[in-house]
Amino acid sequence: MEITVEEDKCVGAGQCVLVAPEVFDQRDDDGIVILLDARPPAAQHDATRQAAQVCPAAAILVRG
Amino acid sequence: MTNRRVVVVGASAAGLATAEALRRFGHDGPLVLIGEETHPPYDRPPLSKQLLSGAWHPDKLALTGVGDLELRLGAEAIELDVDARQVRLDDGSRVGYDDLVVATGARARRLPGTDGIGGVHVLRTLDDALALREALTAKPHLLVVGGGFVGAEAAAVARELGCPVTLVTDIAQPMGDVLGTELGAMLAGLHREHGVVVHTGAAVEEIVHERGRASGVRVKGGTTLEAGLILVGIGAQPNVEWLGGSGLTLGNGVECDETLYAGHGVWAAGDVASWPDPRTGVRHRIEHRTNAGEQGIAVARNLLAGRAAATAFTTVPYVWSDQYDRKIQIYGSTRGADDIRVVEGSTGEGRLIALYAKNGVVSAAVGINMIRALRGYRALVADAAPWTSVIEGAA
Ligand SMILES: Cc1cc2nc3c(=O)[nH]c(=O)nc-3n(C[C@H](O)[C@H](O)[C@H](O)COP(=O)(O)OP(=O)(O)OC[C@H]3O[C@@H](n4cnc5c(N)ncnc54)[C@H](O)[C@@H]3O)c2cc1C
Ligand code: SF4
Repeated sequence: MEITVEEDKCVGAGQCVLVAPEVFDQRDDDGIVILLDARPPAAQHDATRQAAQVCPAAAILVRG
Repeated sequence: MTNRRVVVVGASAAGLATAEALRRFGHDGPLVLIGEETHPPYDRPPLSKQLLSGAWHPDKLALTGVGDLELRLGAEAIELDVDARQVRLDDGSRVGYDDLVVATGARARRLPGTDGIGGVHVLRTLDDALALREALTAKPHLLVVGGGFVGAEAAAVARELGCPVTLVTDIAQPMGDVLGTELGAMLAGLHREHGVVVHTGAAVEEIVHERGRASGVRVKGGTTLEAGLILVGIGAQPNVEWLGGSGLTLGNGVECDETLYAGHGVWAAGDVASWPDPRTGVRHRIEHRTNAGEQGIAVARNLLAGRAAATAFTTVPYVWSDQYDRKIQIYGSTRGADDIRVVEGSTGEGRLIALYAKNGVVSAAVGINMIRALRGYRALVADAAPWTSVIEGAA
């Protein structure tokens, strides 16, 4: 699995962090998403897909 | 179960989320997504922000990610027959289903008697946004009717594009019904600082027009405010008319049970769905982007689990709005708050976090330009923390 985030789309909702805190974080100043792990281990795959889907800005792309 | 034929009507945020989650949770049977708009599915929040300002091309709004489904665009569902389990489309064809998901969203409310008058716009679809953007290029005087988020965002964009802008709302402060007077006043101040003429407590009675084109609005009391371009931003209404006579319960939206089941093999998700909060029994219909995604996922899960195993949908509603350099974020439900406290920052600093109380518990947390910090307050809303604990903590 490979993840990319489009920072300019991110609205800082933090929904991804709530769902998959080991894969996503937010910057302190503007709340923009930080990708902690672009190739998360299998144990994180479900949470990562769920995060991509709840992101209200459709800013998270999951491949594989 | 998995080879059942699932039909989803409405190809936007909620419909796509449902379809994607159905596949992710293992539905490998036929899946049909029907949408009235001819554009490939796209995301609405940027319409009043980056799309309107011209910063983004429409391609950037594309909602993708679901393969392996039958997508029927430009097809309007006009009738539902729950006995035959068929949806009738505007071209006369019928689509059969085992399970149906209604995700037909909402449409912009219009002012009566404005059909066919030039220069009067609403903002709900990509076509609406492109038409408004086009109209703004001549830098006309824009008058926004309504004090909601969409209108306020469009007002901010129009100012940034150099148009004179007037905002007219019948409430005491724009967004004041949602945010309370203090925060509403702060945002009204922000718009005034940016040169918007804000009229509050002014109900628009009619659009004034000459030779088929709008020239202004008349507000209660008889005053006429002149403007060549009018954006009517007075909210949205759920698209339920096509379900009339189907046997589904329609009120303010499709009335579902706690699990988003509407009866007769039909589920609903997104702006069109109304469901009772399992904690309070109070019905809600939420017009937020995040809710559309969450309900789509919940419907997919419940539909595949079957009715007996379906679980109640619970959520902490989340919505945001961008105006100038301010990002407003709301967790929970602010309406009808009994008390509001600013717990971090202040209106003077232009950045703050405010908590809202209803019936003795924290009902909402609102942040203005305090993005990451606000997330820490979400738990208070999710847990309905006692208000006393909050104000004692803050004192
Ligand atoms: C300008 C604008 C800005 C917004 N900004 C924000 C924001 O900043 N933050 C936020 O949280 N939310 C925002 N929202 C709200 C958010 O976009 C909606 O909550 C979300 O789009 C709801 O998704 P939905 O799929 O339920 O409904 P909709 O997006 O309304 O989609 C329903 C789809 O169903 C189709 N349809 C309707 N009837 C039929 C029929 N009979 N047959 C076939 N198809 C049909 C419609 O054409 C439409 O494509 C904004 C909305 C607008 C309009
Ligand atoms: S959920 Fe989406 S919008 Fe929110 S912080 Fe994560 S990437 Fe950004």
